[in-house]
Amino acid sequence: MTAQAESVAVPAAQAAPVAAAAPPAGRAPLWQATPLGLVLLLFFILPLIATAVVSFWDYTEYSLVPDLTLRNYREMFEGCADFSSGGCTTLRTYLSTFRLCAEVALVTVPLGFLVAYFLAFHVRGEGVRMALFLLCTAPFLTSNVIRMISWIPLLGREGAVNQALLALRVVDQPQDWLLFSEFSVVLAFIHLYTLFVVVPVFNSLMRIDRRLIEAARDAGASGWQILWHVVIPLAKPGIVIGAIFVIVLVMGDFVTIGVMGGQQIASVGKVIQVQMSYLQFPAAAAQAMVLLALVLLMIAVLTKLVDIRREL
Amino acid sequence: MEDRRPFAFWALAALFSLFLLFLYGPTLTILVLSFQGPEGGLTFPMQGASLHWYRVLWQGVGVVDIWSAFRRSVALGLVVMVLTTVIALAAGYAFRRRFPGQGALFQLSIASLIVPSIVVSLGIALEFRLLDDMVKALGEAYDIAWINEGYTTAMGLFSSGLGAHLTWTLPFGLLIMFAVFNRFPGALEEAGRDLGASPWQVFRHVVLPLIGPSLVGVALFGFTLSWDEIARTSQAIGDRNTLPLELQGLTTTVTTPEIYALGTLTTGVSVLVIGTSFAAIALWRRVRR
Repeated sequence: MTAQAESVAVPAAQAAPVAAAAPPAGRAPLWQATPLGLVLLLFFILPLIATAVVSFWDYTEYSLVPDLTLRNYREMFEGCADFSSGGCTTLRTYLSTFRLCAEVALVTVPLGFLVAYFLAFHVRGEGVRMALFLLCTAPFLTSNVIRMISWIPLLGREGAVNQALLALRVVDQPQDWLLFSEFSVVLAFIHLYTLFVVVPVFNSLMRIDRRLIEAARDAGASGWQILWHVVIPLAKPGIVIGAIFVIVLVMGDFVTIGVMGGQQIASVGKVIQVQMSYLQFPAAAAQAMVLLALVLLMIAVLTKLVDIRREL
Repeated sequence: MEDRRPFAFWALAALFSLFLLFLYGPTLTILVLSFQGPEGGLTFPMQGASLHWYRVLWQGVGVVDIWSAFRRSVALGLVVMVLTTVIALAAGYAFRRRFPGQGALFQLSIASLIVPSIVVSLGIALEFRLLDDMVKALGEAYDIAWINEGYTTAMGLFSSGLGAHLTWTLPFGLLIMFAVFNRFPGALEEAGRDLGASPWQVFRHVVLPLIGPSLVGVALFGFTLSWDEIARTSQAIGDRNTLPLELQGLTTTVTTPEIYALGTLTTGVSVLVIGTSFAAIALWRRVRR
């Protein structure tokens, strides 16, 4: 969606000729943008500053103690260099979160691409295409928690999948790994977040000039060659944006991991939430700063893979 | 146009159908199971069919006052909807011309979308804690009675909660407005101005009728995203939860189909809002034609 924004922001800025014909802009745009700026200042910038400041504070069981200490960061990484005992909790938590990210991305990105590819290249008729696209994206507007709990009747010990497996004699006793496990967490992530890949990839695919495909075909390229050498490179910005969305959503998640993991699976977001519930705000703030830094780093690396501004 | 569909079409069509089944199947399952008979459990088979669990739900879920949470979420959703529409429209209008800080504001909006929700939520919670400490310190320093006696926190549904929701809904609203104004026929506005219309008249009589359907879309995002929000709300809501937060808590304590009834009802509200929006958009287009 960032690409869409970038691509529309640039023309928006270039729309100046139209604006030039208008009466002088004066201060009107500034006033019109002020409410948005104020909301972001009050509820985004100041909170991030507060988090950064508090991450250097000390705390007791009852209160925050304004200070300038590295205690929270030190405690976070305590014992991390000692690999003989299996490393520190923080490192293990990050590794488990990274693994979830990788598993989810490896399914959602190809799946989202194929769905978007079908919509953009195989569905004939603009109306049908839009209807199917809306059908794919509408669940985004419904509750994630409800979409999670709807797996319970299917995956539970007495659930439909176990009943079917038993009836088909694939297994001789109900399987426990289906629900409240890493499997169900990953499945729920795929269920919830594939559309975050579908939307930007669809957007990229729809921008591809169809004459390029025809040219490739006339030049004798096979279907696979067209897909691999023409379509995928041109869809790269959408793919990268989709991957960013999925990875960032999984990195910071604590709701899905909590509900679908039966509170058993570790993640960075979960650690922050638990620390908050114990009122260890400075420790949570330090965790949040490290998470934020890592997420920004990952976005920077991913956006290096494609020059979004240039490719769109 | 080709006459015969290639093999790839059928393979992808099959995958697409499975994807839709995967998307909607589970939700339909709990819709069906919410009509379990009184003896029925959380899984199949159905023990008869009844409205039993909806009746139980109507009487309230255990200690949690689910209906006041329902009302709170509706109220918050409506306020978020109106503010998202107005603020995103104004900002989208502004972005059509140059103004200082334009690039920074755009990047901030995108950042607000992709910074992990738990970080935003924690930040807002900390911000309000610090604010409370300051207010209380002020109260003590200047001996202000109403602070010393009555003040507990500024955190709440329509302060920190509202702010947390807007950091999530406004970026979506802004992106929709970009897409809309990008395709907007500027010549019509110019014509309006040439005929002597004031900037407000141009907006009211030229722009607004044309972008109306898209504004309904922004409003739809504003309400539904707020209605289902958990991650950003979780730390920033104070002591009175919204409906999705209560629902999340109930997933671990309620072990009857009542939770499916509540889930179906909540999804029903979303579907109703989505349906109403589409009807409004269709109506708007027809009236204008």
